[in-house]
Amino acid sequence: MKLETHAVTKRYGAHAALDGASFATGDSARVIALLGPSGGGKSTLLRVLGCLLVPDEGHVSIDARTLPHDEDGALTERRGNGFVFQGYNLFPHLTALQNITLPLKEVHGMSESEAAQRALELLHRLGLESHEHKRPSQLSGGQQQRAAIARALAPKPRLLLLDEPTSALDPVMTGEVLDVIRELAEAGQSIILATHEISFARKVADWVVFLAAGKVQESSSAAQFFTKPQTELAQQYLEGLSKYR
Amino acid sequence: MLLVLVSAAAYALFASVHYRWNWSGVWKYRQQFGIGWLTTLGISLAAMLMSVLFGFVLMLGRRARWEPVRMFSGAVVEIVRGSPLLVQLLVGYYIVANALRIDMPLLVGLLLLGAFHAAYLAEIFRGAVESIGASQLEAARAVGFDRQQTYRFVIIPQALRRALPGTTGQLVSLLKDSSLLSVIGIEELVQKVKIMNSASYTALEGYVPLALAYLVVTLPLSHLARRLEGRFAYET
Repeated sequence: MKLETHAVTKRYGAHAALDGASFATGDSARVIALLGPSGGGKSTLLRVLGCLLVPDEGHVSIDARTLPHDEDGALTERRGNGFVFQGYNLFPHLTALQNITLPLKEVHGMSESEAAQRALELLHRLGLESHEHKRPSQLSGGQQQRAAIARALAPKPRLLLLDEPTSALDPVMTGEVLDVIRELAEAGQSIILATHEISFARKVADWVVFLAAGKVQESSSAAQFFTKPQTELAQQYLEGLSKYR
Repeated sequence: MLLVLVSAAAYALFASVHYRWNWSGVWKYRQQFGIGWLTTLGISLAAMLMSVLFGFVLMLGRRARWEPVRMFSGAVVEIVRGSPLLVQLLVGYYIVANALRIDMPLLVGLLLLGAFHAAYLAEIFRGAVESIGASQLEAARAVGFDRQQTYRFVIIPQALRRALPGTTGQLVSLLKDSSLLSVIGIEELVQKVKIMNSASYTALEGYVPLALAYLVVTLPLSHLARRLEGRFAYET
């Protein structure tokens, strides 16, 4: 897919989380990594790309189709996407299984049995068999995040958006979750991933958008970004992150 | 166990005061007492249902997107909560209902009582709803829920548990506040006891069964609420 933004601005009060961010990917980008220092606008850009937020100014287009700015249009668009958050954000009053089946039934019109079948298939694929009937509080962080990924994948989204999916996890659980994301990427899923795991991004991403201070500093193919970053900021960022690993 | 201890202590206290009990005078009025109890119970249950429904609507009103609705709901809550129930009953019945030619003290009484407690419940509900974190609301948007589905599947099930303890307390208050309805001529339990005391020349005998008659309702209510809380219990 070709992802493009034109002067996207999103303000929270006086603070502009995105300040005229513009970039365009190549025509066949499939796994796009949003990189950059914290507070640089990665999470906000991810939400704008997924129609979870509507920008104050500017617009986004995917394969030359401009994303809607009205609430109804954005809702329809969101229903075609899957989201995974840093804090998992599962519904705590529902079991892992119900977290997946409820949106399938209520939003995507599946029957109870279809939804349960799809949910179980995913839970098993992500290594959560025997945890279906547990509430989120009874699962480890890594298990919760895998359940959240299952919830996001269940309606077969065109686009899977992940916002720092491993930032709240310890190294072992981070490994579990990254394995899952890598398998998805290899299986052909379109993904936008905001992350600090640059060695992981280097393995799976084919395009990198580097953000700092609400602006896109660099947008280039992953091969180019990781071997020859164009801006000084990106060079410093990569050096800083790879110092101890 | 606690109940036995409290009863024993109460008995000892009552025994140490030299009051000559005259239970036979009161016993004659047991039927009136029963009628009063049923009146209190009937009005209170109806007012409870009404207060929960109306309180829910007021809470939604205070969170409405359209500003006039928010302002109106806010004003209703502040005025009803900020003025005495006694005044609301007197004005509501003798002025408003009279002007509208509504001569049904029971109906007017339960509406006013229900509305009074609805204002408090609206704020208990609002506190519970607004305690649901932004990340839950974002998750609801992310899975594609619209506003109504977000309330139904995410906000209300989680807010219910948080609102339960406060709601139970409010409903117990409502039951006891029903005694004020005597000012608009409703012979509920307290009024019956007052009549009984003056008719049988007793002072306190009616009030002990009165307290018990309230406890018979409020204790099971609290118990039910605790069981419900247990059923909705989950770690967040």
